Amino acid sequence: MRHHLVLRVIAKMLIPFILLFGLYVQFHGDFGPGGGFQAGVIFAAAFILYALVFGDDQARKVVPDKALIVLVPLGLILYAVTGFYGLFLEGNFLDYNVLLNSPKAGQHIGIFIVELGVGITVAAVMISIFRAYAGRTRAIDDEDW
Amino acid sequence: MPMPDIITIVDIVLLALLSITAVAILMMRHLFAVVALTGAFSLLSAGLLVTLDAVDVAFTEAAVGAGISTVLMLGTLALTRRRESRPPRLSPIGLLIIIITGAALIYATPDMPKFGDPNAPSHQHIIPSYIKGSQDEIGIPNIVTSILASYRSFDTLGEVAVIFTAGMGVIILLGRRREDEHGYSEDVAAYPLVDEGKLKIDGEAE
Repeated sequence: MRHHLVLRVIAKMLIPFILLFGLYVQFHGDFGPGGGFQAGVIFAAAFILYALVFGDDQARKVVPDKALIVLVPLGLILYAVTGFYGLFLEGNFLDYNVLLNSPKAGQHIGIFIVELGVGITVAAVMISIFRAYAGRTRAIDDEDW
Repeated sequence: MPMPDIITIVDIVLLALLSITAVAILMMRHLFAVVALTGAFSLLSAGLLVTLDAVDVAFTEAAVGAGISTVLMLGTLALTRRRESRPPRLSPIGLLIIIITGAALIYATPDMPKFGDPNAPSHQHIIPSYIKGSQDEIGIPNIVTSILASYRSFDTLGEVAVIFTAGMGVIILLGRRREDEHGYSEDVAAYPLVDEGKLKIDGEAE
């Protein structure tokens, strides 16, 4: 897509805002609409847009495959570890009340970490699935469509 | 006749466009256009979800339905042909089943509680304690988040595990690295289980 000047400029302008909105949806999910699932797909959409416009190889330099293969399980592990940590503090599995001094503060931090885990796994899985498809074909010339 | 409010008009327009898109998808034989229309369908659904005040679901529908899945289907199209080969035939049994099912659904719809009715059975059982508890026990304003991440945290952990498993499945089945130094070609993609070192084109025996 080397010669699609408009697409390249607009994508470059949009991507920071998409990422920022993804972060907002992630970390403001306690107060406004949103949460880990939504933030994860919005974040992944930004990286996929980048890969579409600037090419798969360039996108692999931004987020290497090795980082993705760590991030995919990391979110799930973060979630599960939060659950087990509550168990260690003599609460129930995934009981956030015991995480900090007061139950409400514990709930806040628990939900925050758990949603972060969801966001990481969802974003990494979405980008990985896209890569799995994109990596199977060579870049297609415009004339081929 | 009283003037309908603006939400009703938006709903009618969106639903009409949805039906037109659905029929167009059925009629089209060119798969590239079908994929583009599927993306439009998802975007219209996202608009409909916004009018239902489900903004978070609308985010997901717009990002996944209109964005990522459209891109994935285009990626699939690049690996296969772009035209549907077999022209569809009208199947009388299928038509009958669809008409009966649709009629049954429409017949049952008036028995459902009114949309957003606070006295609906589904809003009576455990929801009041969640609404109260979200404020008193958890202390966050977004009740959806407090249900999803705290009250039903087990379910959400399971959902994340499902997404993890799905991602791992795709990575294992499709996500092999492109091997440029071995001369990657589409033949390799067509026979993913053949060892690339041994691959010969068109039945050339070893």
